[in-house]
Amino acid sequence: MTDGAAPLLEVTDLQVEFRTGREIVHAVNGAGFRVVAGETAAVLGESGSGKSVSASAIMRLLQSPPAFVTGGEIRFKGEDVLAMPIHQWRRLCGQEIAMVFQDALASLNPVFSVGWQIAEQFRAHGAHSGGEADARAIDLLARVGIPDPANRAKDYPHQFSGGMRQRVMIAMAIALGPDLLIADEPTTALDVTVQAQIMELLEDLREETGMAIVLITHDLGVVADVADQVAVMYAGRVVESGRVRDVLGRPAHPYTLALLDSVPQALGKGQKLRPIVGSPPDMARIPQGCAFHPRCRFATDQCRAEAPSPVAVVPGRLAECHHAEAVFNER
Amino acid sequence: MSADANTGGDRPILEVRGLVKHFPIGSGLALRRQSGVIRAVDDVSFELRRGETMGLVGESGCGKSTVARTLLRLEEPTAGEALFHGHDIFTASEAELKEMRRRIQVIFQDPYASLNPRMRVEDIIGEPWVIHPDLVPRSERPARVRELLESVGLRGEHADRYPHEFSGGQRQRIGIARAMALNPEVLICDEPVSALDVSVQAQVVNLLEEIQERFGIAYIFIAHDLSVVRHMSHRVAVMYLGRIVEIGDEEQVYNRPRHPYTKALLSAEPSLDFSGARKRKRIILEGEVPSPANPPSGCRFRNRCWKVQDICAGAPPALDEASELGHRAACYFPEESEATG
Repeated sequence: MTDGAAPLLEVTDLQVEFRTGREIVHAVNGAGFRVVAGETAAVLGESGSGKSVSASAIMRLLQSPPAFVTGGEIRFKGEDVLAMPIHQWRRLCGQEIAMVFQDALASLNPVFSVGWQIAEQFRAHGAHSGGEADARAIDLLARVGIPDPANRAKDYPHQFSGGMRQRVMIAMAIALGPDLLIADEPTTALDVTVQAQIMELLEDLREETGMAIVLITHDLGVVADVADQVAVMYAGRVVESGRVRDVLGRPAHPYTLALLDSVPQALGKGQKLRPIVGSPPDMARIPQGCAFHPRCRFATDQCRAEAPSPVAVVPGRLAECHHAEAVFNER
Repeated sequence: MSADANTGGDRPILEVRGLVKHFPIGSGLALRRQSGVIRAVDDVSFELRRGETMGLVGESGCGKSTVARTLLRLEEPTAGEALFHGHDIFTASEAELKEMRRRIQVIFQDPYASLNPRMRVEDIIGEPWVIHPDLVPRSERPARVRELLESVGLRGEHADRYPHEFSGGQRQRIGIARAMALNPEVLICDEPVSALDVSVQAQVVNLLEEIQERFGIAYIFIAHDLSVVRHMSHRVAVMYLGRIVEIGDEEQVYNRPRHPYTKALLSAEPSLDFSGARKRKRIILEGEVPSPANPPSGCRFRNRCWKVQDICAGAPPALDEASELGHRAACYFPEESEATG
């Protein structure tokens, strides 16, 4: 992707499977992407594409069993995350890497005030204690745009609206000044005007603090609006990656192209949508060869037989497709 | 260009006038002491013509789904009328209502909750004929179910399966087939694609378009996704806190919004346009939608509006027509013919 700079986070050939009694679900099958300091990198995919599982694997939040990381490497600032002793990782969490989730109500504790929960970050990491921690919590609430923060800090999660709860989550995540924030569908449950507020807040915070953001989302528009880099996931693999403007402006993978053809924003009025045929694959029975071939209009016998390797259509752009050149030249 | 041109002289098949729905907020046993009302829908009026799609957009809590539910009489309206071919749905007798409901069908957002998991697809799609047995003779029903399945892009043999064997998109198709079983004239689509993935969403959008072209059904299309509503609709009404703040042809509302809320809403939508036009000004609204239990006096948008003046707190602004026919906005200081698209 961006040449030169050492990546802050580098995920290589990550593989995660879920072993249930009856079958093995291959949620992530060799996903790889990297994030450079100060950038917003989007991981774009539909439900079941493995984007959230990848995020949870990075944060070491997967419960095992049923989940097992069966291969690959995650390096944060050059250190192997998966090999790190858990107590060392826990120290990094919050301080250097933090996460916000889609469902803020489920992620906050209903029986403690939000001020207490934010201050807990400082107490847990021994940064500040008592009154100092509480005062910092109020500062953070103000910084994420919650009006009357001194009083609101005493309120409980259910007393906040959806957008305000997401602000509280963001306040907790940025409390210790992390270098990387992983945001898993942070605005999916929110209305569009509130979504715009939250995305603007994240953007402002990134500019102020210089932290990098990994934005996990299914929304092409959000990616186009805020991200620098994008990794498009399908069936547990990153099928295309590069700078957002390049990837969405001129896709080199048929799946990216097909996604753009199936949303009305990308089309002129009166143009018919071109949906992707069929449905996403059952991750316990991923198709042979290229996983996208049953739904792909470019598919040939080669696609049915062998899995494609990444092709660099232009420097900095990767697409896992036997016909990447042809797709790239279609527009 | 728009549906109005094609159906110009026609009388609307559905006319909604002054629709109001207030939900009591009660305290104590069985809501005996009413302590206030939620003004979910306040004075909503619009018309629907044959073969036309009326889009209702707005954010959570703006009342768009409540409009749909009152039109189906799943909720009893507080006031107003809804004339279906001239007959008021709200005062219809049981027998009249039964006939109206045959002609006004609905599909819901959640294709998991709206199909009975214990029924086979054949029985789900055929169930409407239990209530309207005259429509399809019993002997022809199995064949008709298969025909309906094929018309929504499923296969005849799917009739023997149960809902859990289908994906979300396929379930939504089953819901559409069930609605089509009664040959309706109006289909109310309440967030029909919101629960679906992008790639599957497009399949259902195209299916709804095909059905409209083939059968001339009118849609009331409710969604929070502005671009999907734009794609589907001939006319669009933008709702805010229970009121329509702007209504007009799709092209008028989206290209030349007149109400400040419409402008803000459209500008908040993430754009995929990488050409020069992309760097348009985004209007970030301050604060949040107020509670419908206690909406601001006058114009309900006034406490978040950048054009607000004293007059806005007085009488609520009426939906006024601009220079363009059929394009109306409820604002004292509407934008005048400023192209933003």
